[in-house]
Amino acid sequence: MTIPVHKYDVVIVGAGGAGLRAALQVAEAGLKTAVLSKVFPTRSHTVAAQGGVAASLGNVTEDNWHWHMYDTVKGSDWLGDQDAIEFMVKKANEVVVELEHFGMPFDRLDSGKIYQRPFGGHSQNYGEKPVNRSCAAADRTGHAMLHAMYQRNVKANTQFFVEWMALDLIRDEDGDVLGVTAMEMETGEVHIFHAKATIFATGGAGRIYYSSTNAFINTGDGVGMAARAGIPLEDMEFWQFHPTGVAGAGVLITEGVRGEGGILRNASGERFMERYAPNLKDLASRDVVSRSMVTEINEGRGCGPDKDHVLLDITHLSPETIMKRLPGIREISIQFAGVDPIKAPIPVVPTCHYQMGGIPTNYKGQVIVPKGDEKSVPVGGFYAAGECACASVHGANRLGTNSLLDLLVFGKSSGETVVEDLKNNPRAHKPLPANAADVSLARIARLDNQKGGENVHEVRLAMQRTMQKHAGVFRFNDLLKAGVEEIKKVAERAKTTEINDKSKVWNTARTEALELDNLIEVAKATMISAEARKESRGAHVRDDALDTAETPAGRDDKNWLKHTLWYSEGNRLDYKPVNLQPMSADVESIALAKRTY
Amino acid sequence: MERAEYERLRWRCIRRGLLELDLKLTRFLDQEFEKLTDEEVEAFKRMADMDDLECWKLIVSDQVPSDPHEAAVLAKVRKC
Repeated sequence: MTIPVHKYDVVIVGAGGAGLRAALQVAEAGLKTAVLSKVFPTRSHTVAAQGGVAASLGNVTEDNWHWHMYDTVKGSDWLGDQDAIEFMVKKANEVVVELEHFGMPFDRLDSGKIYQRPFGGHSQNYGEKPVNRSCAAADRTGHAMLHAMYQRNVKANTQFFVEWMALDLIRDEDGDVLGVTAMEMETGEVHIFHAKATIFATGGAGRIYYSSTNAFINTGDGVGMAARAGIPLEDMEFWQFHPTGVAGAGVLITEGVRGEGGILRNASGERFMERYAPNLKDLASRDVVSRSMVTEINEGRGCGPDKDHVLLDITHLSPETIMKRLPGIREISIQFAGVDPIKAPIPVVPTCHYQMGGIPTNYKGQVIVPKGDEKSVPVGGFYAAGECACASVHGANRLGTNSLLDLLVFGKSSGETVVEDLKNNPRAHKPLPANAADVSLARIARLDNQKGGENVHEVRLAMQRTMQKHAGVFRFNDLLKAGVEEIKKVAERAKTTEINDKSKVWNTARTEALELDNLIEVAKATMISAEARKESRGAHVRDDALDTAETPAGRDDKNWLKHTLWYSEGNRLDYKPVNLQPMSADVESIALAKRTY
Repeated sequence: MERAEYERLRWRCIRRGLLELDLKLTRFLDQEFEKLTDEEVEAFKRMADMDDLECWKLIVSDQVPSDPHEAAVLAKVRKC
């Protein structure tokens, strides 16, 4: 069978914020650039980002990058690499101003400067008081960002392959990456994209959890592809959860509801937060509220026939207050819980929101792996940026508005690294291996020929329920150990998925089965990495990690101040040190301290 | 509607940027799509072509489109 081959200087997989920013960098430098995307670029999940992008412009309150760096390191619970964090916060102003020049309609002050609003975790003077650091375009920041960058890419002659799904990385015997295989959904045909540089910007994999705020598109395609190609995944045990997603749907209910007086109740109607946080009660921090909710559910005090959620009650507020201050939330509750919160409480559960781990990279966007005695050796021709990558700037916990900053800074830097490399080392494409598409063709042939196999939807549901129960917001040794066995069983089932529809043209069942292969890699990485990490840090919280003088809040720097690396083959784990040394010699390391707010 | 055309439309409904739309449009396809008239199908295709934020804001608004087919489809989407 002859496989069509498309030859480009650079192939970028994913057309959300990171992919579009990377594409712009390489296309404007004159490189022949292809971007593959499962959907039209402006429908990427970046569109859901509303909070804004962090930059220490200091337009509203005094600010500087040193303070932003401190907040980010502290937010990461010291698991973030300080060279990458320094790089990101120093580049923030530049990438925001660039975006303004691309036509991004930021909110403005009367003076004409970009308006900035405060956001949780961002502070002045090393934690002293809140700072206005977030630059936003009303409640459509992500949307405006995608539109501005897409239009500019069209002008730069970036070639978009829309409704194409990348399937597998192509590596040669040196381990270099030479592009990807991809399926055109309209025809079902597999093609090869042969490139001198391949940049992954495929977003996160929040759909591994049963309750997720992520859109259905977030199936971790790049992360799964990397894992299957032998690249380890870094820090996959760290997932940010939001306390209040609508049970069964995942749609986010903002913290503003509790700010307006919303009360969390268990099955007997008890305001249980009074027991866990007597002072702040329902307004305690996200992680405290989430863990309290899970404890109620795990101890049998959850609501509903399956006792699997709690209730967020605002029925004591006047209908006028709800209509005036929380109209969007009322709509979401009516639409997705079938409940008018004026009359009845909203069923909620802690909900997966953001993937901190991913494909290991350095601050230049190069994918790095251990080789011999070296822990961080770049893989030739392979780059990653945005939520699919782990630079690592978010460490164990991400600060709000640092995600849009991450995708701009590292989208750009990965593009810059590619441009510089191809300029300094001009070269022809390395020859494709003879079997470049064999893995992908075998995956599709297996699906087409499978008899008596598993239903894709049922396996995906089993994975999501396993992840939610065993590796949720609050983690228990016994549950994690059982979860490792459970997820391995689900992964075995995923090897025999079967689809009824065998047609080639627009076969969405096939596409969903191929997506499941990626999700399963991420789920295994998460469970196995989480079971192994015997401490609490950031978003990874175990009930058996004790709060002692040596291990404050369960964080064990002596044994666990290190990045996890999980390999798909054999579910092997390795570790590498956290880089506590900033990029510049004259910048001091942010010393380890207990993370308190 | 031919299978391929429907599947293309389905993909454009079940893989949106916003989870709210994934959920809403998936339910609509499963519960209501087969019952639509040809004019309503065309009206729904126009709706599915909208940007995510505009589409979601339309669904949760109290707007009634002047085109009767668009109005009928929107009312059905809101109920799903």
